[in-house]
Amino acid sequence: MKKFNVKKFFVYFFLVIGALIMIFPFYWMIINSLKTAQDMTLYPPSWTPSNWFNFENYKVAFEKAPFALYFLNSIIVTISCLIITTFTTIMGAFAFSRLKFKGRDLIFSLLLGLMMVPFEMLVITNYMTVAKIGIIDTLFVLILPFTSSIFYTYILRNFFLSIPDSLYYSARIDGASNWKYLWRIMVPIAKPSLVTITILNAITCWNSFYWTLLVINSDAKRTLPYGLYAFMTEGGSDMKLMMAAATITIVPMIILFLFARKYIVNGVARGGLKG
Amino acid sequence: MAAAVLGSKKKSGSGIFNTKWEPFIYLAPFLIGIIVFTLYPVINIVLISFKEGYRQITGAFTGYGLGNYARILSDPYFINALKNTAMYVIFVVPISTVLSLFFANLLNQKIKGIAIFQTAFFLPMVTSVTAIGLVWKLMFNDRIGVINAVLGLFGVEPIGWLIDPSMNIWALIIYGIWNMMPFTIILLLSGLQNIDPLYYTAARVDGASSSKQFFRITVPLLAPTIGLTCIINMISASKVFGELFPLFNGSPGTAYNLFTVVYYIYYEFSVSRHLGYAAAASIILFLIVFVFTMIQLYVQRKWKYY
Repeated sequence: MKKFNVKKFFVYFFLVIGALIMIFPFYWMIINSLKTAQDMTLYPPSWTPSNWFNFENYKVAFEKAPFALYFLNSIIVTISCLIITTFTTIMGAFAFSRLKFKGRDLIFSLLLGLMMVPFEMLVITNYMTVAKIGIIDTLFVLILPFTSSIFYTYILRNFFLSIPDSLYYSARIDGASNWKYLWRIMVPIAKPSLVTITILNAITCWNSFYWTLLVINSDAKRTLPYGLYAFMTEGGSDMKLMMAAATITIVPMIILFLFARKYIVNGVARGGLKG
Repeated sequence: MAAAVLGSKKKSGSGIFNTKWEPFIYLAPFLIGIIVFTLYPVINIVLISFKEGYRQITGAFTGYGLGNYARILSDPYFINALKNTAMYVIFVVPISTVLSLFFANLLNQKIKGIAIFQTAFFLPMVTSVTAIGLVWKLMFNDRIGVINAVLGLFGVEPIGWLIDPSMNIWALIIYGIWNMMPFTIILLLSGLQNIDPLYYTAARVDGASSSKQFFRITVPLLAPTIGLTCIINMISASKVFGELFPLFNGSPGTAYNLFTVVYYIYYEFSVSRHLGYAAAASIILFLIVFVFTMIQLYVQRKWKYY
């Protein structure tokens, strides 16, 4: 019995140490966002702010850069991406799993091949394309290239394939069209998969940086991660302001994570995060 | 568009539904996006990489050839980018895998408060590398940074993580390991949960110690998952890029010493405006990813029935 407890002790011991290291940067971010200029000069750095309710840095950060606007832009872009991508994904996955047409398997294998092309390889041409369309430096340009995802379609198609054929045929005999069958029967059954896909997609959209860096110039069109980066390069060296701004960027994703941890973990375990 | 499709659907058997074209209505929204923003760019980037003297604005070029490839492969910055990327992969992937294996094994025990521990270990996964990278920038600060302060307790002299070019890559690697662990732990944990508990019961009946169980049962049965995780991580580590921006104010290292392959692509495309070089570097990045992907497919097939 005693040996058992010793083992448990070590399990807890290492888990606590590991967990503390993993969340330490978040703790450090928050306490430094609450520090005063005087706190910041201390060395070794103090592990707590002198006043836990000093929100001055947030106020200054909001005054110096339009973080509320960046936040709104991020919300608009993320939600638009989610709605459109979910729609194209459902339609595509249905065609590839339930409908029969010539060349279906060939097209699908080609798509799987395309899945391993890194996004970084596509940006040059995509930049030229959106420049030609004339939508550089609009929010639209942050949405348009991400309306279809092979990866999510692949995950959802696999789920659709696991729904038994008999369900489909009985629905068809009852006179339901493919369209009705898809939206009334398949989509409700696939809800857990769809939630997972949507959340993974939301994280990717919200954190998107490389593409935004290339196609957005004006201040009013920045999203949070890019706005934060610009704030750093333009506003310079005041780290306590940076920490307040970083907290504003990160908190929405932390909240999402706390509520949807199971879906995120399952989604990652099943397919891996893309990117 | 969707509304029009819905409207025309009222009478069954009429319109484009229930014809052989029906599948393409479902496919169209998805495929158009893929063709314009994935398929076409792939073809185009291959072409550009072989076009010599290519000009972005006019689209003019002098001819096809290997000039771009020859140029970047003799560019010391690109060679350096390959070296840095390789070094990043070689350190970040094995270290984060070993640490993740250790913690995944602990997270797989039946203990109280597991949800809290999971939350702590997985949290970094959802945050943007730019935002949390700023925190690492502060932590790595040579004068007021907490990392040097902690090392100082052990008598280590302050290290110029972000200002001494020879230390830059280590800062990037440490940040990279932290960043990669949540994802790796999740994959390994789900692999662990798929191992039949009967193996452990049998081992305990035979009196095998915990460490023996770990090395004789867990590691061999988890080998396919470990292999797969490593390769997925190698692919994503080969594309290291966004992490550089917060750490070094947008430049690759203190003295342009820390180019990575993707940063090089970004730099040639966006700053120097040498599209041909950027395209050729993209193709080389693709080849690296392609090799890893082929290994991944091979490993997956070979270990399917483990």
